[in-house]
Amino acid sequence: MPASLTLLLADLQLFPPAASAQAGPIDALYWFEVIVSAIMTAGIFIAVIFLAWKYRRRANVRATQIEGSTFLELSWSILPFLVMLVMFWWGAKLFFAAQNPPKDAMEVFVTGKQWMWKVQYPDGTREINALHVPVGQPVKLTLASEDVIHSFSVPAFRVRHDVVPGHYDSLWFTATKPGRYRLYCTEYCGNQHASMGGWVDVMDDREYANWAGGGSHGSLAEQGQKLFEQNGCSTCHQLDQQGRCPILRGVYNKPVQLDDGRTVTADDSYLRESILDPNAKVVSGFQPNIMPNFKGQLSEEQVIQLIAYVKSLSPATPASQQGVQQRPVVIAPRAKAPAARPPQ
Amino acid sequence: MATIAHGTPEIAAEEVNYLNVEHGWKSWLLTTDHKRIAFLYLISITAMFFVGGAMAVLFRINLLQPEGIFSAETYNRLFSMHGIVMVFFFLVPSIPATLANFLIPIMVGAKDLAFPRVNLLSWYLYIFGAIFTLYAVIRGGVDTGWTFYAPYSSTYSNSYVLSAAMGVFIAGFSSILTGLNFIVTVHKMRAPGMTWGRLPLFVWANYATGLIQVLGTPVLAITLLLLFFERVAHVGIFDPNIGGDPILFQHLFWFYSHPAVYIMILPGMGVISEIVACFSRKRVFGYNFVAFSSMGIAVLSFVVWGHHMFVTGEAMYTSVAFSFLSFMVAVPSAIKVFNWTATMYKGSVSFDTPMLYCFGFIGLFTIGGLTGLFLAALATDVATHGTYFIVAHFHYVMVGGMVMAFLGGLHFWWPKITGRLYPEAWAKFAALIIFIGFNLTFFPQFILGYLGMPRRYHAYPPEFQALNVLSTAGASILGIGYLIPMIYFVWSLKAGPKAGPNPWGATGLEWEIQSPPTTFNFDETPTVTKEAYDYGPVEEIVG
Repeated sequence: MPASLTLLLADLQLFPPAASAQAGPIDALYWFEVIVSAIMTAGIFIAVIFLAWKYRRRANVRATQIEGSTFLELSWSILPFLVMLVMFWWGAKLFFAAQNPPKDAMEVFVTGKQWMWKVQYPDGTREINALHVPVGQPVKLTLASEDVIHSFSVPAFRVRHDVVPGHYDSLWFTATKPGRYRLYCTEYCGNQHASMGGWVDVMDDREYANWAGGGSHGSLAEQGQKLFEQNGCSTCHQLDQQGRCPILRGVYNKPVQLDDGRTVTADDSYLRESILDPNAKVVSGFQPNIMPNFKGQLSEEQVIQLIAYVKSLSPATPASQQGVQQRPVVIAPRAKAPAARPPQ
Repeated sequence: MATIAHGTPEIAAEEVNYLNVEHGWKSWLLTTDHKRIAFLYLISITAMFFVGGAMAVLFRINLLQPEGIFSAETYNRLFSMHGIVMVFFFLVPSIPATLANFLIPIMVGAKDLAFPRVNLLSWYLYIFGAIFTLYAVIRGGVDTGWTFYAPYSSTYSNSYVLSAAMGVFIAGFSSILTGLNFIVTVHKMRAPGMTWGRLPLFVWANYATGLIQVLGTPVLAITLLLLFFERVAHVGIFDPNIGGDPILFQHLFWFYSHPAVYIMILPGMGVISEIVACFSRKRVFGYNFVAFSSMGIAVLSFVVWGHHMFVTGEAMYTSVAFSFLSFMVAVPSAIKVFNWTATMYKGSVSFDTPMLYCFGFIGLFTIGGLTGLFLAALATDVATHGTYFIVAHFHYVMVGGMVMAFLGGLHFWWPKITGRLYPEAWAKFAALIIFIGFNLTFFPQFILGYLGMPRRYHAYPPEFQALNVLSTAGASILGIGYLIPMIYFVWSLKAGPKAGPNPWGATGLEWEIQSPPTTFNFDETPTVTKEAYDYGPVEEIVG
């Protein structure tokens, strides 16, 4: 028994490692909340015990009937609320900061599927239940789900986002400490929910450069180009002259006029929708019902490859839109020349 | 009060009361007496509590080993059924259908609820719903969690989703009818002189609860019906593969289920107001504030559902608004805690069992409420969402709060309901055991949560084992704590000493009539001339 107890306690953790730029500020808010809660709880416990004991029932001592006190009521409504406003403001501020990734964030694509995380890098590297990131580099994850709702969580980074099927979600972080950290699925997704997890490896620049090998099937955009041809997309979406469908060169992240008069930005979500359900938003001047519906024909991973290809057809300004500076996408014909790849 | 009653021969000429006025199973199953229906409910929800509790015992055993002991499939069904049974078949009806059903007509000076037959119907609906859900359990269970999130529940799950959800759907109507009955009774059936300002705070709390039941539960019914259509007929509502939106399910579900959290706590707050007044021999400090805070909670509860969706990709400013509103709803809860505490000031406090549960409630609800602030704040919600932190938080409110209040209320009114006293020493012992067991079970889960341990995992990394073992140890103590009252309550039914009409020296109409009451409560309609908690004339106004 004592031996097993020692074993249990050897692993005992009470506070998670903090390994991202976000972790410190969120921990600061957490400790503020812990301290406020501890003070309030102690105050209530002490008040209850003190009053109950001081005014315990005694023979011949009657209770003094008290109506109440508006002053006290207002005080103990307003003062705690002011403290809560601090928490609200603080929490919202950190949340705002977590919304928009910096322009130079490296992009990684993560697809959740019962019961694994499939990770794709712009250079075509793929892995399952593992994520490798360089230290100090902002990383933006684009999250997609192949089936049910999952949630991508790395406690050491204090980040989490649900991965809802039907559209893209995203989160970002900057890892600050090399090491291995657990990643989990934290939205119940069926039988093997508990095994849908793995490790995030945070590596220093040299380690990372050694690791980053590139995919054996070419970059994400190259894989996308292959799909683009295999699925016959290129017959209508021609590169230089107007076919039956819009030219895709230069369209990425640009405003698009729709036939119902609306204007939308051709971002990842729009492109995904236009591949899977082309009639949802038809570009002005084109006929609906020309492009086949690819829902069920392409996996989320393939859609990501196609989008990477479309993205590669757009000029690489600003660099962030192209993905990563260190790990550039190898681009299709007539696009800008790629920067040097990290040594292999 | 702890005197031993065995051997005392029963006096033959017992007063006629609602329990002995008629005999035979028909007189129970066809009764329209709110007190008998409350008794039927009490037996039913206690049975469901032990069904849900047995599942908790099993999955806590599973969590002793990091790799788990049962299969993932078994574990997933255990925690799902635990949640469904405990939320919809114990917590939601717990105090309203039993104590409030018994007490509200008496407290307002009426013979029965406004619609006695509807009241009986609500019990049959509850049983009917429970049968559907238990059928799902017996056939092999459901594995969606109590939240039934789509598209997992509508498309992917291979378990008995339909019958479990139908059970919840049907039981929802029982809840609506109970709420409706309370609202009409409080409006129309108050005795002469029973003004709104004289209503016991327990009535206020259940009136507010009734509003939520009537306005919120239909949305749950709609949600489950849509789920039903999608699962059976593949109508695309929630599943994006057939044109639906999974987020829509969450909006609809939480539009009911967050207010439902207050269905599960407001009646408990009402109980605590009664207990703290009686055992301090004082009027409740700031009656108006306590009464209106119940109404404030009922209103605000409908505008905070979005805080369940901060990490789903809800629009940023939507999240900020829901965060702010979630902090707002904490204020009326805080007002109540401060007023209960202040009620003891210059009181004459005794430490009978109901008061011990009341202390337990105040302490645990305070912790449950404060940890809610971590989840209302956007950044710390992101860090703790979907982890054991949430599990610990809502168990502090639902079990530490509501179950404590339910047990406190049951100990307080048991002499009225049954005419018998229970053994006080055993009852105090059980209250202590429950308090210790509860904290040992759930406090480690706060730590596990911030460490990142996700909820609904049948297996977990080894570094979480020590805290999980501690939690399971606490759960076994808690389980024993819940069995003890079960035993002495049953014992007291036959052998407990007679209570008399008012064993606690409490105020309130229910204590002015015999224990147990007669079928129609009052020989003639009472005329109320005093405020609630009239333990003496007001001598002082503080500050």
